Amino acid sequence: MDISQYLDIFIDESKEHLHNLNGSLLSLEKNPDDKELINEIFRVAHTLKGMSGTMGFTKIANLTHEMENLLDAIRNDRLAINTDIIDLLFKCFDTLEEYINIIAVEGEEGEQDNKELIIKLNSVLNNNEGCKSETSIKKEKADRVNNLSEYAINIVKKAQEKGLSAYTIDVTLKEDCMLKAARAFIVFNTLERYGEIIYSKPSVEDIEDEKFDLSFSITILSKIDENIILDELNKITDVEIIKIKKLDNMNSINNDKTLEGTNNIQNKDQIKTEKKSKKKNNKVGKTVRVDIDRLDNLMNLVSELIIIKTRMEEVGGRTENHNMNEAIEYLERITTSIHDAVMKVRMVPIDRVFNRFPRMVRDLSKELGKDIKLIMSGEETEVDRTVIDEIGDPLIHLIRNSIDHGIESPEERLEIGKKEFGSLYLRAYPDGNNVVIEVEDDGRGIDLEKVKRKAVDKKIITEEIAYNMSKEEIISLLFRAGFSTAEKISDISGRGVGLDVVKNKIESIGGNIEVETEKGKGTKFIIRIPLTLAIIQALLIKLKDEIYALPLSSIKEITTIKSQTIRKVQNHEVVLFRNKTLPIIRLDEVLGIEKFDEIDEREELITVIAKKGDKEAGLIVDKLIGQQEIVIKSLGKYLSGTRYIAGATILGDGSISLILDINSLF
Amino acid sequence: MNSIESINTNQYVLFKLDDESYGIEIEYVKTIEKITNITRVPNTKPYVKGVINLRGEVIPVIDLRERFGLPIRAYDNDTRVIIVSIKDFVIGLVVDSSSEVIHLNDNEVDNPPTIGETNTVEFVKGIGKKDGNLIMLLNLKKIL
Repeated sequence: MDISQYLDIFIDESKEHLHNLNGSLLSLEKNPDDKELINEIFRVAHTLKGMSGTMGFTKIANLTHEMENLLDAIRNDRLAINTDIIDLLFKCFDTLEEYINIIAVEGEEGEQDNKELIIKLNSVLNNNEGCKSETSIKKEKADRVNNLSEYAINIVKKAQEKGLSAYTIDVTLKEDCMLKAARAFIVFNTLERYGEIIYSKPSVEDIEDEKFDLSFSITILSKIDENIILDELNKITDVEIIKIKKLDNMNSINNDKTLEGTNNIQNKDQIKTEKKSKKKNNKVGKTVRVDIDRLDNLMNLVSELIIIKTRMEEVGGRTENHNMNEAIEYLERITTSIHDAVMKVRMVPIDRVFNRFPRMVRDLSKELGKDIKLIMSGEETEVDRTVIDEIGDPLIHLIRNSIDHGIESPEERLEIGKKEFGSLYLRAYPDGNNVVIEVEDDGRGIDLEKVKRKAVDKKIITEEIAYNMSKEEIISLLFRAGFSTAEKISDISGRGVGLDVVKNKIESIGGNIEVETEKGKGTKFIIRIPLTLAIIQALLIKLKDEIYALPLSSIKEITTIKSQTIRKVQNHEVVLFRNKTLPIIRLDEVLGIEKFDEIDEREELITVIAKKGDKEAGLIVDKLIGQQEIVIKSLGKYLSGTRYIAGATILGDGSISLILDINSLF
Repeated sequence: MNSIESINTNQYVLFKLDDESYGIEIEYVKTIEKITNITRVPNTKPYVKGVINLRGEVIPVIDLRERFGLPIRAYDNDTRVIIVSIKDFVIGLVVDSSSEVIHLNDNEVDNPPTIGETNTVEFVKGIGKKDGNLIMLLNLKKIL
């Protein structure tokens, strides 16, 4: 069988399962007694085993099989859970993740060996239950059968009081039936319409895995007459024989039960789980996995549509035709809706990035001997897929920074009267057209004096400048290239590539980063990123005969200034505007545009006041064209990194206008 | 392949700068376009003429004459932009004219001259001979 076509699905689903597994393991560490978590982990291991077995990935299948054994022992109380076991499970998880990653790249499991892990799993299993003999386990099982019988009897009793009847239905499938599990599933579905299935033999899981011969039996509570059920079941193809038996009194149930084998042990659990997983399945059934390239393609087409819409608006503005204008208005509404819809499709919850942090924080705090509590909020906040891919690394960096430099050791914390455990907050929330992500710790804060001294030592600033620096200016030093305050280089951070990389990355996706810090109290990094990268509001301006687009998000206001009010201070032009000095940037000079022949003698200069963080600057332009929705297109790899240019956009008339990167101007 | 010794044949897109013929392997060539509006991109090398809009895609354009240090010549009706794609780069090359595609066998291609007389030599990876004409086969990676 050619399995390659299923490989992508396998990888996607495995990743999803591993993600769940990771979450369950982390919660298990906090609540070791939670049986439901063990069950969940067991289920994931079981599913992975099945999936990888089908795909022929024997190493994954073997490992998950051993995990299952261990988990089974835990959930049957044969084995007490402890930190060693949890660590071991984490290791298994790591190994599985590695395998999946290798498969994703190479299509094969790779050479990595998992024997050691399997031996460890086995030894944990054997050491702890070595004393228990086979028979005692059997006895245990037998005990549980009785328990279950009682449980079932109770249910049936209650049901009968309510006027429901219990039926045991034996179904035998035709010998040539191709998809036994599927048929069985239809039988289950049909029966569920008429009543509640209380147990089945073999178990639901086994039936799903086709681990049954040709027949299976189901017990159901229902108020419907047995003949109706019989009729209904007869309609299902490939069903050979159906026997329905009404259970009238407790004795017969008892008898029946004793006839049942050990297979029904986890009946109650199983049905519960079954229902749960069904709920999940339903949810999955309504989604479709789409290749991101296809979405990008759709996005491009929508972009084209918006461009053509803008063009039609231009044409429409010139005609008096009422119908035409109405049609254009309608078109505009539709394109806006399509744009919103496509954007929504591309949105993914930020949890995709956040989900790896609990594990990372756990590992790092163990490694450093720190006690750290990670408190996350707003995981459901949605951002564009492209943003998700970019934001992960900067966040990892900031979190590592906080854990390594920010939060003190437990002893140190106790000494200065703080709680023993440090808190690390990771928050996300939407704010207008932006998403804000905050990384906050309650550690020692940034030592501004130390930062200053370091900057002087590294000759980034002079002693004199350092003396007069404001708090904000000192903080901005942190983001200078090659600046790192860590006293010693550790594995975690302090490799010299520091916050400047973080800042660059965030600015490259149109965001910005701020820091709030207080010595002894903690540090907060605030990252602001745009919801989407593809379409923005922009102001179009003209410089001689070239049209440029300025992102509206970085424009504060538009004003005119008198040319004679411009003063030169240390070779920089400034103007006094609202009692503040405003640096002037002549865009035509920056962009190398030749001046008109005659000397610029305009009295009034059109000035766009741009902002970048707290800084402001006045950009002198020749003409304002207007505000417009523009689609950001990349300049291509060849021209990427061109100074002052963030990208390009296509105007209504098909010509290209460049988008200015205001952040790089001042 | 009927012949016992298999000879590699490559197809080249031919174009002209002044009277010289040049060739680019056809697998790098996406399309050949007439010259359209070029938007200047500031702060780039002088031979980068800017970007054009090719059916919704923004594509940088470089002037091969300037790249090779040949005298500048006004664009006219024959001027073409050859859109080439190499690795992740998609780029347009402005040439005087372009008309045909030719086949060249390996034995019709010589090594480039070792002594550099003009600036073009460093961009040339071979000399093709066809019907008594010499064709300079370009090394695209060097040009970009």
